[in-house]
Amino acid sequence: MKEDIKKVLILGSGALKIGEAGEFDYSGSQALKAIKEEGIQTVLINPNIATVQTSEGVADTVYFLPVTPFFVEKVIEKERPEGILLAFGGQTALNCGVALYQSGVLEKYNVRVLGTQVQAIMDTEDRELFVRKLDEIDVKTIKSEAVDNAADARRAAKELDYPVIVRAAYALGGLGSGFCDNEEELDTLVEKAFSFSPQVLVEKSLKGWKEVEYEVVRDRFDNCITVCNMENFDPLGIHTGESIVIAPSQTLINTDYHKLRELAIRIIRHIGIVGECNVQYAYDPESEDYRVIEVNARLSRSSALASKATGYPLAFVAAKLGLGYGLFDLKNSVTKTTSAFFEPALDYVVCKIPRWDLGKFHGVARELGSSMKSVGEVMAIGRTFEEAIQKGLRMIGQGMHGFVENKELVIPDIDKALHEPTDRRIFVISKAFRAGYTIDQIHDLTKIDKWFLQKLYGIIQTAGALESFNKIMDVPDDLLRLAKVQGFSDFQIARAIFKDQMEDGEKAILQVRQDRKFRGIVPVVKQIDTLAAEYPAQTNYLYLTYSGTENDVQYLGDKRSIVVLGSGAYRIGSSVEFDWCGVQALNTIRKEGWRSVMINYNPETVSTDYDMCDRLYFDELTFERVMDILELENPHGVIVSTGGQIPNNLAMRLDEQHVNILGTSAKSIDNAEDREKFSAMLDRIGVDQPRWKELSSMDDINQFVDEVGFPVLVRPSYVLSGAAMNVCSNQEELERFLQLAANVSKKHPVVVSQFIEHAKEVEMDAVADHGEIVMYAISEHIEFAGVHSGDATIQFPSQKLYVETVRRIKRISKQIAKELNISGPFNIQYLAKGNEIKVIECNLRASRSFPFVSKVLKINFIELATRIMLGLPVEKPNKNEFDLDYVGIKASQFSFNRLQKADPVLGVDMASTGEVGCIGDDLSEAILKSMLSVGLRIPKKNILLSTGTPKQKVDMLDAARMLAKKGYNIYATRGTYRFLEENDIPCTRVYWPSEEGQHPQALDLLHEKKIDMVVNIPRDLSVSELTNGYKIRRAAIDLNTTLITNARLASAFIEAFCTLSVDDIQIKSWQEYK
Amino acid sequence: MTQHTDYMQTEKTATLILDDGTVFRGLSFGCEKDVTGEVVFNTAMTGYPESLTDPSYAGQLMVLTFPLVGNYGVPPRTFGTDGIATFMESEKIHADAIIVSDYSHEYSHWNATESLGSWLKEEGIPGIYEIDTRALTKKLREHGVMMGRIVIGDAKDILDADDADDADQRSKDIKSALSASSASKISFASYSDINYVDRVSCKEVITYGEGEGKKRVVLVDCGVKHNIIRCLLKRNVTVIRVPWNYDFNTLEYDGLFISNGPGDPDTCDAAVQNIRKALNGDKPICGICMGNQLLAKAGGASIYKLKYGHRSHNQPVRMVGTEKCFITSQNHGYAVDNTTLGADWEPLFINMNDGTNEGIKHKTKPFFSFQFHPEACSGPMDTEFMFDKFVELL
Repeated sequence: MKEDIKKVLILGSGALKIGEAGEFDYSGSQALKAIKEEGIQTVLINPNIATVQTSEGVADTVYFLPVTPFFVEKVIEKERPEGILLAFGGQTALNCGVALYQSGVLEKYNVRVLGTQVQAIMDTEDRELFVRKLDEIDVKTIKSEAVDNAADARRAAKELDYPVIVRAAYALGGLGSGFCDNEEELDTLVEKAFSFSPQVLVEKSLKGWKEVEYEVVRDRFDNCITVCNMENFDPLGIHTGESIVIAPSQTLINTDYHKLRELAIRIIRHIGIVGECNVQYAYDPESEDYRVIEVNARLSRSSALASKATGYPLAFVAAKLGLGYGLFDLKNSVTKTTSAFFEPALDYVVCKIPRWDLGKFHGVARELGSSMKSVGEVMAIGRTFEEAIQKGLRMIGQGMHGFVENKELVIPDIDKALHEPTDRRIFVISKAFRAGYTIDQIHDLTKIDKWFLQKLYGIIQTAGALESFNKIMDVPDDLLRLAKVQGFSDFQIARAIFKDQMEDGEKAILQVRQDRKFRGIVPVVKQIDTLAAEYPAQTNYLYLTYSGTENDVQYLGDKRSIVVLGSGAYRIGSSVEFDWCGVQALNTIRKEGWRSVMINYNPETVSTDYDMCDRLYFDELTFERVMDILELENPHGVIVSTGGQIPNNLAMRLDEQHVNILGTSAKSIDNAEDREKFSAMLDRIGVDQPRWKELSSMDDINQFVDEVGFPVLVRPSYVLSGAAMNVCSNQEELERFLQLAANVSKKHPVVVSQFIEHAKEVEMDAVADHGEIVMYAISEHIEFAGVHSGDATIQFPSQKLYVETVRRIKRISKQIAKELNISGPFNIQYLAKGNEIKVIECNLRASRSFPFVSKVLKINFIELATRIMLGLPVEKPNKNEFDLDYVGIKASQFSFNRLQKADPVLGVDMASTGEVGCIGDDLSEAILKSMLSVGLRIPKKNILLSTGTPKQKVDMLDAARMLAKKGYNIYATRGTYRFLEENDIPCTRVYWPSEEGQHPQALDLLHEKKIDMVVNIPRDLSVSELTNGYKIRRAAIDLNTTLITNARLASAFIEAFCTLSVDDIQIKSWQEYK
Repeated sequence: MTQHTDYMQTEKTATLILDDGTVFRGLSFGCEKDVTGEVVFNTAMTGYPESLTDPSYAGQLMVLTFPLVGNYGVPPRTFGTDGIATFMESEKIHADAIIVSDYSHEYSHWNATESLGSWLKEEGIPGIYEIDTRALTKKLREHGVMMGRIVIGDAKDILDADDADDADQRSKDIKSALSASSASKISFASYSDINYVDRVSCKEVITYGEGEGKKRVVLVDCGVKHNIIRCLLKRNVTVIRVPWNYDFNTLEYDGLFISNGPGDPDTCDAAVQNIRKALNGDKPICGICMGNQLLAKAGGASIYKLKYGHRSHNQPVRMVGTEKCFITSQNHGYAVDNTTLGADWEPLFINMNDGTNEGIKHKTKPFFSFQFHPEACSGPMDTEFMFDKFVELL
């Protein structure tokens, strides 16, 4: 212990959002671990209730409060910490820390910033300061010059050297900008640019340059190391979060590598980082020229990736350095004998691939560019590039089997698709090769380094060789082995050989598997040890590869291990909450004296931290790979119910291979997942459900709709988070959507369900033991049914349900648990209207809300469930939700600001990227905390209302009255204006975009920043409404104005801020709610 | 473009047999000739052209633990007017073979002119791939470095012997198959007995950067990497490169520099004798790697062989008595025994992983040396400033 500190405050990053996701749960958890073992008290502020870092036993005190200067100051005032850590909660924590420093709060309360000082942070954040700072040490940055005439533009371009980019200043959306290779092109462009703006920026164009990153660590004694370098597969121009990344760099020679390394160290020293930072470079593919793009003076997504890629715990070490340690004081946490002052040597490559969910959004632009849109990522490890990238392409979980042997993509213009990359660019390359494009052609269009393209072409050639055979036994050993070394899955091999003849994919996979095992072609297990085998590793951080002949670990075969299947890439509908569940399962397994084994591949998670379990297989969650591991590991059993839908979907196939699935049987899982079977069961036990039918013709559908009436819910079966699902309120919508849905899945019939309007949605999260419920939590959505449960705002305990409703829900849940003989976690979603209860869905696994209810109730549902699955006795906890003197609100975080053009409206398809959970003494306080935590702001003066249908207008009447009474100025569009007038609520009429020529225009008011909050409730999905409403909603998002699109949520929020002020919010830690 | 799958048919099988009878099977991508040498592993992730041409690898079969090799091809094999290689560390490849996991037949880099495979073939050096280099490295780590033999082409006898079930029998069978093999002309000679320094050192005195009023540095060439010469010349001194056993005490000079080099320092007694004479004077002396060991020997210390050496870009060293630590590039199999340093000497650097000696200094005179490579090439350049320290003393 070097600094005399007794209490440290650490800032988290809040809800998961695009650009700030699970990686900060990992870095924060590591930092807390590092500080705690020093005997220092830790205080954490993070409203993200689903994280591991906000779990019991991680930080001493947790505040589920917004990470904003206002609340952080209040916590500082109360807790009086001596030190604060700003580097572990992403940009949110960093910005908050800088604000607190600048406003003098840190000084006032005598709080020391540990690690990198705020001045250094500001030097990296402020573009001008940054350029100046790096100029001082002769390090090149990307510079642009502002000019106001054509002659200066020519001079600037000459100085910068062609090619250059010309941009019109102050022009949104890239108007008047472009590339020029010579003066002639410049003249034309500059003239155009000056027509948009009086000022033009001339900037060196680095289009096509490589993008390379270094993760650098420095201690206060000026000792520096670079832990990892990474190279982007995609050249400059695509945000690094959107790029496929390979580590270590593969196309840099020694001189390149060490030139950039030396620069990174020079920079970190000059800026004065203590801890970790990341340096991003643009690197000329034709020389040794470079530019520094940016420096992040904090832990980042890249540093989380680097930690997983190397086994070097960057966040842990950075926290220790913040406390004053030198790198020489710390040990390598993998070998436990060698020094932490070293640079990892890898003997494998890793490949990071982003996961996009753009298909979930209406109208979003699919092109990749300088802003990030991906919602998650995977990391694949291999001993060849081909193995790593093919694994990775399977891991992203979008129906792809690797680089080849996928469902044929329809690409109308390959040239264009190569030149203007989208989320499918890698598959376009595959398609282009098959269409006969050469490496040089693809290189010219994509600027991807030829080495990567050569390797990918090798995969195409192997696929071609496999395709020349029709029987698996005819394929020569060498070729089969080569395919596996290049990362081909058994499925890909089966498809290459059986082609269109492959009817049953699962059977074909088993056939290939059997054949290659017979030939002795099996993967080996290798260890990630940070030193490329130079020293023995004391940890079991493992991956599988076909480039090897020997396993690194020994298998005891004592059946004392339990395998937990993880949740894979974060995506909309499955993220940090399942990581929490997985980690709780691992903890319980260990605590009960079993060896815990995790399989997962998400670098943003805590569950893939090698010290969370006895063995970590950082590998695929496919049937093939899971079986490979189970055959080696030979565990007592496998837990499939804590990792969301991916492991759940494997249950049946594993069961067929006689794998011991712990807890609820695979058959029961299937009975709940299969709509027909589940429905038949509900009928049998007399439980009601909305009427539905699986239908395959339009006539049948029309007939069914005649019976149940509009609206109806239309969806394909077996989906998570409502992909391709929609509510149709009339015939036209139904037909329009069905055309879309039919395209989505031709093979599968469509499920049409009765859609019950104005019904409450209720969730039952529970744990059962042999069919008997041991623990449960009933929570209630604030929004009416129709908003996806992952987007809904959830109150727990339920606040406004009839006692009879609750009683019925408990009774039905008991019946279902018994009928399916559930042992473990499960979740049932109900509709309640009056006292009528209908079952919507039942999942025999942990649900998204498990961490939320566990933490509000302070009973760990997963620990209970895991004990049950291990066959240990459990007692019913003698506490339930009706004992609570407080209320929890789980609210959703949306990332619409990152998704250009997407309509920020909620529906049956999930759109949120994260969530928070806050606790208050009453509903209003909890609502206010949670809404502020997801970035909503309490409006100051002016509110724009357009509140949808008459019913919704009525729903919002009380809220509108409250606003008026509170002195807010209400602006309203036509219908809402009339309605408010009729009800004597003063308001000002504003006009829709379609009401041209009338003033004031709603959009103008928004652009003039005269509106503080917009409540826009879509009436239905009719076209003009969409256009008007869409424009208002989108403008609110783009102008960073608070927007709510649901009447019931808007009412709740308005009631909360009209009855409470922020100063009334209590600064109470989780531990204080008893 | 050649079909990938074709490689498997055109490339011969290659077998690596270790002294303990362990067999690794792979494919040949270099010169198709059998070779014997000390099998050592190197954990650097970049720099195969530099490592291959590093004379300190003479007599060794170099295993690269980083699996992907050949990606960026080979730079032009050009030399400056002074005879110093532009991109390499000497005139030719000194390692006796290279052993890798995943050889990249195609390459991509603006400065590359040929593939690694074609270079190896031209210089007559075997290269083998599809080897489980991690398993091989672990073997060397547990057992210590050992002699090994690469057999190209049909090695049916050996492979048959390798299929025997009993481990002891297998080892015996392999060795007998090996000695019976018609392709075999070389036996498992011992690495330690051979004076590799003599093989790689220059044969006559070469002077670089001659100039009026410049300081003169005698560079004892035990197998010098060209970047040592570059680093000295960059600091505006005249370098007089002399053969390893040349008695430089007869020359006029301002400072003495003892280079890196291959093999067992005990075979270099002539150099030790010359250095010992220089120790009586006060002119600055600096050494790198073998230079560190020879200086230590001259000062009375003894040297021992490490189990598997340090060959990597990530060796941490700490300057004794300070909080200054450095990441260094290293390539050595022998080390100075700290406990045998003479009374006038003390350790200058210590390896932070295993506590071995990483440099020594004289307590009163300007004599110091490093076990690591401040000239890098390949590897991190964090300690290049040590050349400044030396030149400042002249």
